[in-house]
Amino acid sequence: MKVVNNITPSVDGLGIIKGRPAYTDDFADKNSLIVKVMRSPHAYAKIIKIDSVEAEKLPGIEMVLTYKDFSRVSFTRAGQGYPEPSPYDKFVLDEYVRYVGDEVLAVVGMDLKVCEEALALIKVEYEILEPVLDFENAIDNPSVIHPEPEAHEMFPIGFEPLRNIAASYHMNVGDVEKTLTECDVVIKETFFTQAQAHVMLEPHTVNARMDYQERLCIYDSTQTPYHMRRIISQALNIPLSKIRVVKPRVGGAFGGKQGIHGEMLVAWVTYKTGKPAKMIYTRKEVFESSYSRHPMKMTVTLGADKSGVLKALDFHCLSDTGAYGEHALTVFMVVGSKVLPLYNKVDSVRFYGDVVYTNHTPAGAYRGYGAIQGNFALESAVDILCEKLGMSPIEFRQLNMMKETETSPIFEIMGEGTAGTAMIMETCKLEECVEKGTKLIDWKNKYPSIDMGNKVKSVGMAIAMQGSGIPYIDMGSATIKLNDDGFYNLLVGATDIGQGSDTVLVQIAAEVLMTTVDKVVIYSSDTDLTPFDCGAYASSTTYVSGNAVFKAANEMKEAVLKEARRILKSELVEFDGAVFTNELGESITLIDLSNQITYSEDQKQLSVTASYVGHKSPPPFMAGFVEIDIDKETGEIDIVDYVSVVDCGTTINPKLAEGQVDGAIVQGLGMAMFENVLYSKKGGLISNSLMTYKIPTRVDINHLTTVFVDSYEKSGPFGAKSVGEIGIDTPPAALANAVYNALGVRIKSLPITPEKILLALKAKGRE
Amino acid sequence: MKVKITVNNQEKIFECTPSDYLLDTLRDNNYVSVRRGCDTTNCGVCTVLMNGKPVPSCSVLTVQADGKNITTVEGIQEEAEKLGKYFGAEGADQCGYCNPSLALTVYAMKKELVNPTVKEVKKYLVGNLCRCTGYISQERAIMKYLGDKS
Repeated sequence: MKVVNNITPSVDGLGIIKGRPAYTDDFADKNSLIVKVMRSPHAYAKIIKIDSVEAEKLPGIEMVLTYKDFSRVSFTRAGQGYPEPSPYDKFVLDEYVRYVGDEVLAVVGMDLKVCEEALALIKVEYEILEPVLDFENAIDNPSVIHPEPEAHEMFPIGFEPLRNIAASYHMNVGDVEKTLTECDVVIKETFFTQAQAHVMLEPHTVNARMDYQERLCIYDSTQTPYHMRRIISQALNIPLSKIRVVKPRVGGAFGGKQGIHGEMLVAWVTYKTGKPAKMIYTRKEVFESSYSRHPMKMTVTLGADKSGVLKALDFHCLSDTGAYGEHALTVFMVVGSKVLPLYNKVDSVRFYGDVVYTNHTPAGAYRGYGAIQGNFALESAVDILCEKLGMSPIEFRQLNMMKETETSPIFEIMGEGTAGTAMIMETCKLEECVEKGTKLIDWKNKYPSIDMGNKVKSVGMAIAMQGSGIPYIDMGSATIKLNDDGFYNLLVGATDIGQGSDTVLVQIAAEVLMTTVDKVVIYSSDTDLTPFDCGAYASSTTYVSGNAVFKAANEMKEAVLKEARRILKSELVEFDGAVFTNELGESITLIDLSNQITYSEDQKQLSVTASYVGHKSPPPFMAGFVEIDIDKETGEIDIVDYVSVVDCGTTINPKLAEGQVDGAIVQGLGMAMFENVLYSKKGGLISNSLMTYKIPTRVDINHLTTVFVDSYEKSGPFGAKSVGEIGIDTPPAALANAVYNALGVRIKSLPITPEKILLALKAKGRE
Repeated sequence: MKVKITVNNQEKIFECTPSDYLLDTLRDNNYVSVRRGCDTTNCGVCTVLMNGKPVPSCSVLTVQADGKNITTVEGIQEEAEKLGKYFGAEGADQCGYCNPSLALTVYAMKKELVNPTVKEVKKYLVGNLCRCTGYISQERAIMKYLGDKS
């Protein structure tokens, strides 16, 4: 292969570093009205009265919008395919506010200053309600967060709003309780994870204008332009044909821009007034008023026989979806479906629990999507079991983990809010990942720890899996057209959100068409111009959209060959990407052919569109190993190295694949050790700025060792699986295991801070 | 009020109020490569050079820039492209939202530090956050760029 699996710089890297207009706000109309939201100071309250008379008199204020301005249509902001597996529990504006930061009303004015002035003049009276702030006490709490009759589920997801349950789920294979009684060694442990923030550097940004066909044109920093168009149409009752969503370059998303944030209000203002409007979330709003990762409480029971064979796996999970149920069920199910199959040889397995409403900032999609939470619990528990068995964590995993050609019954049982899809692991190089990683981290010499005086050096590890798209549900498509002068346009609905999918998709097309990346010009994505794609989520772009591009490129190759056969009057035409030659040695270049069919003879536009929907979701796998130096007196952790050995099939772009893993590892380390989420007693988020919420900086990261094992997934484009999310899963458990190996203290709640380590050491000293 | 600022070697007169920030003034005047990230000077995305030194334009009042030289990435296109090629080779491009500001800070660092170590580079650039790359690929690219004397 000449393009695929070769180092190829990003197609847009130079333009972006040179500062070309690229991101949503770069394209905002300079005369845009500013839409500014008043945010709730209360965790739970009913709006009794709004006095906005003075504000509306302010020169420059266009309007004040309250819940009375909107018809009462419930929807979900999740940004998923239709029908969504998330409850319809949100209104554009509502008379209830359900968390600190929720939308009370919106002012629309000529600039930010006048909007802020107006907000200060508006008086809102609330009936303050008792909030539910402890997710362990949410179910059947006397305070009901969604009593409204309009809230509903689209199909059964276990939605019981009057009990504060957004979704619930139960699955089992075999009889786990019976198997546990037959096990020689049983452990039961409980783990907690926090509401990690995405902290994409571009805040949620949207602007809208009416175009000269009187259609609503929305520029939006989104992962899901097509879902966005559909949901705006539904919720605001605007015909779908009247809406165009343009996705410019997106400045990071990580799941945070799958959902809908400011889009409804901005769309409505422009549609009603005919004037351009925009909204950019403040960083405080990004933290408080978008959504976060689902915090979870997970109780894991593992049972094994004396020889170390894992027999039973019981996993109970309680997930906190906050005030609204975006991705409630599906994130919950991934805790099981993309974690538990790692140990596929058990006699019985159970996974069950509830997703509850609380009066906290909502939770939604976030890279890892439940797998990181589940991985922390399961892979910590496995190390605890190993110690009890007197077995090395490496040996235990090698004995019990998923291997190539094997399967798990879980694949068929659990899907994306519905039943799943049975599949055999045609590629699973976990064994090699573990073996290679063990060597690269020098496990033999460093496990469990080395006392260095004030500090202890130790290692810890975890294994992980993810998926590649949502089979039978999510579709990607691609259009390729040939231009005169012999270059192609590749039009995709797939959304590059920074992961580099524009480059990867160009590489796939260029490889099939036997040309170079500069001859394939990509455009993504615009609901008027590009073909449908579900969007960038569920690790789907390379596998699902990539397969669509692969198909389209092959169809284009056939289309140009057909023209060449006609021109060269032969059925035996060969094509090398630039020149067509027949058996007599007569030839025509692609450039001449394209010019001929454009301008001079038998003119036509060659254009093909192909679509792809997955029939399975082949998991990428990885083994993650961390080496830390930990200060015995302060509990401070220094990350010396993080070794990731990854099986993602073919790396279409090896450097960008490495970048996906590197970035995800560091984001996972952020969740594992820094990113503390703090609430006030009244339920407000305290960690609501980059002053109070610490993400990893470059001085926190010393070294990353990221390698890929040879792997070829037959169903993927040129053998590729996904790589966008897998990297984030292992750091929490690997770090927890390393801390245990260093100091003998087991931290079961994230983040693993020096304070928690010291408190655990103190408690251990008292024993 | 009016302020006189030299932006990328061009003298400009901007209309502003005393409470306007340089970030907004620049963006309102079509210098859209200067972008907003965090509002609290932590992320570095809004960095511009003021008289050659990197400053967060979200916390510099426009009036403070009166009479000063401001450089945005448009003012260092050749160096940005050179750095960008190393970014491309190392796979250090992801969402790119922080890249113009990082290029400006690296440019200032190159003038300020002589043959810096990776540790010194990390320290100088610590205020330029990135949520995408994990930093290491950026640093490989930056070290190669610094070593390129062409």
